Amino acid sequence: MRGFWAIFFKEFAHIRRSRSTLFFALAVPSLQLMIFGYAIEVTIRHIPMVVYDLDGRQESRRLIEALESAETFKVREQVQDQESFRRALTSGRAKVGLLIPADYSEKLLYGQQAAIQVLVDGSDSQVATTAQNTVVLLTSALSMQKARAFGEALQVAPARDPTGRLATIIDPRVRLLYNPNLESSHFFVPGLVAIILQLVLLFLTSFSIVRERELGTLEQIFVTPVGRGGLILGKLVPYSILALGELLLVLLIMVLVFGVSINGSIMLLIGLCSLFIVTVLGLGLLVSTLATTQVEGLQFAFLIMMPSILLSGFMFPRSEMPLPIYLATFCLPATYFIEILRGVILRGADLWDLWPQVLGLTACAAAILSFSIFRFRKQLD
Amino acid sequence: MNASPVISTSQLTRRFGTFVAVRDVNLRVERGTIFGLLGPNGSGKSTIIRMLCGLLPVSHGQATVLGEDVRLRPEAIKRRIGYMSQKFSLYSDLSSRENLEFYGRVYGLPPQRYREREEAVVAWTGIAPYIDRPAGNLSGGWKQRLALACALIHEPELVFLDEPTAGIDPVARRELWDLLFDLSHRGITLFVTTHYMDEAERCSHVGYIYLSRMVALGRPQELKNMPSVTPPGTRRWEMRAAEPLDLLARARRQPAVLDATLFGDTIHLLAEEQWTAERLQRELGSGDPTVLVRPIAPTLEDVFVTLTREQVQQGVA
Repeated sequence: MRGFWAIFFKEFAHIRRSRSTLFFALAVPSLQLMIFGYAIEVTIRHIPMVVYDLDGRQESRRLIEALESAETFKVREQVQDQESFRRALTSGRAKVGLLIPADYSEKLLYGQQAAIQVLVDGSDSQVATTAQNTVVLLTSALSMQKARAFGEALQVAPARDPTGRLATIIDPRVRLLYNPNLESSHFFVPGLVAIILQLVLLFLTSFSIVRERELGTLEQIFVTPVGRGGLILGKLVPYSILALGELLLVLLIMVLVFGVSINGSIMLLIGLCSLFIVTVLGLGLLVSTLATTQVEGLQFAFLIMMPSILLSGFMFPRSEMPLPIYLATFCLPATYFIEILRGVILRGADLWDLWPQVLGLTACAAAILSFSIFRFRKQLD
Repeated sequence: MNASPVISTSQLTRRFGTFVAVRDVNLRVERGTIFGLLGPNGSGKSTIIRMLCGLLPVSHGQATVLGEDVRLRPEAIKRRIGYMSQKFSLYSDLSSRENLEFYGRVYGLPPQRYREREEAVVAWTGIAPYIDRPAGNLSGGWKQRLALACALIHEPELVFLDEPTAGIDPVARRELWDLLFDLSHRGITLFVTTHYMDEAERCSHVGYIYLSRMVALGRPQELKNMPSVTPPGTRRWEMRAAEPLDLLARARRQPAVLDATLFGDTIHLLAEEQWTAERLQRELGSGDPTVLVRPIAPTLEDVFVTLTREQVQQGVA
């Protein structure tokens, strides 16, 4: 522990002196959270649609209105010929093409099955799936409405609701918990907090050590009686204090700007965040023992960041991943931390609910810290 | 004072993979002396210093510094030594005072003691006018003074200086050496690496390292008197001429001249004893009266040139 305060004060002097460190630690995360929090939107709405309506009567207009009313589609163009219809899709102006045949209204009137053609641009699979599902859902709702009117007229019914009105046979009562408005920001912002915290902290700590290695000041420190523990903690403690400040700032933005309220215990949240901060500091130390130059450090840090963003469950559900990759995600501290954040913030989970994740994160912290402290020698070589 | 040496090594060796950076180096440095380690770049000078400071593990052999084994008790040594590395290794964004304070804390000086020491090293190096400037803005010479002040804040008994004068101007170089002499007079042992010959001349003892081996060790005067430098039956001369290159070419063709080296507008000769000044002027200078000849003692440069040549010949043989 010898030399801890010397390194600690010096590190704070660096932080105070260097505007860029403060900027990266406090301003950049806030900006990132605001920008990405708004940008990442998975509810797909307003898919541009081109309509080639050969029928043009009341029934076909009702169909178009029904499709537009759900806000999933937005009619961009109404075309009058086959060529323009095709063009609208090939040019990418429209992702969905709706072709209503000339006899649509007649067929409905005569009680025949009326076909409509829906062309979906499949290049973006998410948009395509949403478009397909919505069209099927809306048209079956329309069909159901027609069928009900038909049944009322005939005085037959497959099922009736308690008020005696004609109803569907099964009545699913779905209630959305934790995020009733299905806002994707509620799902993404807590994950983003984890990713931003890891990004900033990993880069700051690993760079603060690698920079000294590159400049030769670390060699100078190695010749002094500073202890290994004093050196490591003196380097890491100032950054963990900075990280706690950063954490409070991003949580505040999450609550005030995105309206994501913290449903669980705030003390538990801060405690588990501190555990994650310690883990990331260990990762930073690990990078600093592997890299001898700042450029190398940058590469190692990216090597850690990429899987943390793509595989931790932040972007894509882990359950959908192939087994080997799914198993590998258990090695990422971010995996546990994102689940913890979503648990505490959205579901109001307590320690009892989260014990597997807490255990996993603790194991990661212990493994990373002991390995990097073991590797960090007070010698060159 | 005790007679045990401040530094002693035996068979000190350092390997990097298959490359041997330092091979079987034996040396002794006595208290209060200035030991100069000379050698070309990459010959292993910094590696020796780094092993003695406990920065690099020793591959083979023994080394004791201030009575402690560098392998067993490096931390005990670190408390008592100062180190100035080849590169400027202070914090450029911190002021001179903040750098001093940092090293004061690193060595655990109590506040009262630190204030005394700060005052002493600041006065001694004369950095007071620059005390609140960022260290990165100082000129080369002042940077080295600040680095020296930081290395001395805890009153070390032994200071390692790895090429302290590399890249600073001649005036600053002279002033830094004045400080080093002053330290030496105060009984502090200095271990300096350099590749300036004039600096080597100022050391009380020098070691010459070539291709990872120590090829000569002793006081400058002892080295100059080595028989291999001026073999029996030979004498050293200096010749000054308007066209030294012509003179050099003629000298090298003459079999009685064993060695000829250009030094600025003079050449240094090693010639057989029976050749007198008159004969040299007659035969090499073509009787030109403007060619001046005078007998000289070998310089350290002559010593190292001779030793290097010997090593190369032995390596080839």
